[in-house]
Formats: sequence, C-alpha cells, structure tokens
Amino acid sequence: MKRFFDEELETFRSHLILMGETAVRQVQDAVKALVTGDIALADRVIAADDELDNFELQIDDEAIRYMNLRAPVATELRLVIVGMKASHDLERVGDEASNIAKRAVKLAALPPLKPYVDLPRMAAIAVEMLRAALDCLLHLEPDRAIAIVKRDSEVDQLNRQLYRELTSFMIENPATVSRALELMFISKSLERIADHASNIAEEMVFLAQARDIRHSEELKKTAVE
Amino acid sequence: MEPPRPAVPPVPLPARPVVAVGPPAAVAPPPVKLRVRSVNFFYGAKQALHSVSLDIPEKRVTAFIGPSGCGKSTLLRCFNRMNDLVDGARLEGTILLGGQDIHAPNLDVIELRKRVGMVFQKSNPFPKSIYENVAYGLRIAGVRQKSTLDTVVEKSLRGAALWDEAKDRLHESALGLSGGQQQRLCIARAIAVEPDVILMDEPCSALDPIATAKVEDLIHELKREFTIVIVTHNMQQAARCSDRTAFFYLGQLVEYSDTGTIFMNPANPQTEAYVSGRFG
Repeated sequence: MKRFFDEELETFRSHLILMGETAVRQVQDAVKALVTGDIALADRVIAADDELDNFELQIDDEAIRYMNLRAPVATELRLVIVGMKASHDLERVGDEASNIAKRAVKLAALPPLKPYVDLPRMAAIAVEMLRAALDCLLHLEPDRAIAIVKRDSEVDQLNRQLYRELTSFMIENPATVSRALELMFISKSLERIADHASNIAEEMVFLAQARDIRHSEELKKTAVE
Repeated sequence: MEPPRPAVPPVPLPARPVVAVGPPAAVAPPPVKLRVRSVNFFYGAKQALHSVSLDIPEKRVTAFIGPSGCGKSTLLRCFNRMNDLVDGARLEGTILLGGQDIHAPNLDVIELRKRVGMVFQKSNPFPKSIYENVAYGLRIAGVRQKSTLDTVVEKSLRGAALWDEAKDRLHESALGLSGGQQQRLCIARAIAVEPDVILMDEPCSALDPIATAKVEDLIHELKREFTIVIVTHNMQQAARCSDRTAFFYLGQLVEYSDTGTIFMNPANPQTEAYVSGRFG
C-alpha cells in the first residue's frame, strides 16, 4: 500500500544516487586533469567539492526528518541509516578527488616523472567499485556488494606496488622526491576512495539483509589473499 | 544465466540535482483560521483548561496531543460549541473563527456547526443508506434537487477515498460497511456540507493499521481544502499527519510548534518526556 510520504523516501534515494554520480564524476575529472595536465579542469573539480558538501547536508536533513516524523522500520529504517553513512563516505570521496586535483595543479608545472599507468588503473577500479556499490541502492544484490568489498584488495595491492616503485625513484634520484611524494599522496587518495566504495558496499549488504559484514573474518581472509 | 533481480522499483531521477544551498526561502505563514485567546473552561467547579491561547493555521493539520484528561478534547469541542450540550460547562475567553467570535450572541450555532464539522472516535453512521448518510446535511439544509445531491454525494465520497468501494452499493445500509469504511463515510458526511474546519477526535483509535493508514492519507489530502484539527493519542500519527502540534498537560498548553520541532527538539522537558513515551 502506497503512503503519502513514500515520495519523500524516493527523493532521498534519488539524492543519494545523484550524490554518488557527482562523486564518481569528481574522481574521473580529477584523474583526467592529472593525466592531461588540465589545470582548468582541476580547478573545476576543486570548486565543485561544495556540491558534495551540500548533498551531504541535504541527505542528513532528509534522513533526520524522515526518522523523526515517519517512524520508519525494517528496510525503510535501514535505507535511511545506510543513506546517512553512504553520504558521509561520498563526501569524503569528494574530498579525496579535490586533493588529487590540487596535486594535479602542482604536477602540471613539473616535468612528468613517469607515464601515468597505475594511477588511472587504480582510479578505474575505484570508480567501478563506487558505481557498483551505488547500483545496489536500486537493486538489492548482497552477493554483488560483497564482491565489491573484495576488490578493495586490488587497489591496495596497486598502491603498495606504486609506493615501492616511487620509493626506488627517490632513492636513485633525490631530484624526484617532490614529484614522487605528490604521486604517493595521489595513490593514497585513490586507495582511500576504494575504501569508501568498500564501506558503501558493506552498507548495502546491511540494507539488503540487515547483516553487518564489517570486520568479518570472511572479508579479512579475502583481504590477506 | 543472470539470476533474477529482486523487485525494487527504479528511482526516477530528476533532470538535475535539486540541492538547496543554504536555508530554504522564507514562506509566508498561512492565515489564521481559529484564534484562541485566554480560554478557561470549567465543568462545574472543575477547571479543565487554563488560559489557553493559540492560533490554528488555515488549510493545515494541527494535532493536539497529551495524556488523558489534559484538556485536548475539551478544547476541540469548544471549536464548534459541542460543550454547550454539557450541563454546568462554562467558557471564559474568546475563540475567533475567521475573525468572528463563535460565542457572539447573534451567532447561529447550527451555522457554526456547518462550518466546523466533526468526526468522532467511534464511527457513527446513521442507520440509513450510504447515500443518505452523505446527503443528510444537504437535505436538512433544504437541498432537494436529485442531481445536486448526486453530485455532492459522489464528490464527498471521492474526497473521503470511499467512492470506489461504495459506488456500487450506495443505497445499501451504511452499517454494512467495515469500521474503517464507516469512519471514512463519516468524513464524507462531514465534508459534504463544505465546512471550513474539520475536527477529528481520535478518528483512528478504533481502526486497524491499514484502515488507520487510509484515514491518515486522507487527512493529508483533505488539508488542501480544509483546516483540520486532530486529537490523537498516537504520537506517530501526530508526527506523520500534522504540520503543527500542541502538547497539553493538566489543562495547560505546554508547547505549540511545528510538528518537526515538537518531535525533534521540543523546548519544554515535559514535551520531550511525553513524546519519548516516558509519561502519560
């Protein structure tokens, strides 16, 4: 039976999806600005971070109002709780994208240290993870969400690999230190973005099954593998 | 083969983000429909309301909440002078309906009750057909033309979300309807005479959850045309249905504010204790 306030929940869900799309676009644009040395694009990414901050405030506001006045239970309650947590993760994704864009501006003024291969690869995986996690908001698929969490280790692996490579650059040639450090921080930002995508995926499992898989042994084993 | 996806309806996305930046634009408050000033009410020697003042906005739902005996129903019944029928009842102060004093000596109480309809806790259809229940108010007002009555009966039953269930049995006894349907019939009867205000005294307390949900949704629809004042013991209902909420305790108006404020950040600790279910 449809209730007069159902639309409020659908608006809430739509805002969450729009916020997710915005966060994905921010990550893609930040990495594009880095690879192409496009300072104007980087500046746009930095300026657009406010958009995600506003989404977070609005989603929190809608969630609090819905919990306060509509007394949601079961799936509705889980959607509202998960929505608040996911919006916080997405806002942090936006912060990381903004950090990448700021470093892209600095690197654009310097000669490239190495071709950009690993960072775009990490970004592509992180974006895939984010997209798939957000898709679970529309189609409750816990197995798919768990698969997203497991992909986090791929990005961790690439981050460690890049860290080792950049360390050797710095040892061999101290003149590369400032550029290598910028790239290390960018790599760390992408690794964090994948962590946030992984968090959102865990939240989606809670949404679908009321099951909290955070810190579970099953996932820890996968991460070690 | 891909496994079937659970049936979650896709969410239609708006064309662009509709994120409001900063506080929402100020909206002019609706006009006041009922203005209550310094109302004291007595049942004989016992004082039931102590200097109550509040404004009921037009075309909004205002909920009165509070524990039993707090005076919320007494105040509701003051609005169409139902308390005149109680021996020893006495009111001090003023109540204005659209600026007109409802206790003015020249005021016709029958006219007042046409303008201020009422729906009670227990549905009370007349032992007549569904059609005659809805047409009753118009008939006693002298309307005889069948086409007019037919139009009003249909409009009112549609307005009360009962038309689809009742259209094929309009001339059957109203007492054959379910409890929830009977309550919606009483709402149809109330709106048939096109009142300004509809008073509802715990309209869902005798209904099951589905019938309650239907009446709540109906209240949400009715506020487009009518000013609604509802007394309820169900705090979730007050939170879901109303725009403004007044909390009464021991005959005093403790707090009156936007419903969101009453349930999120009430100013008075007694209100907080009541809406948290800690007393009452």
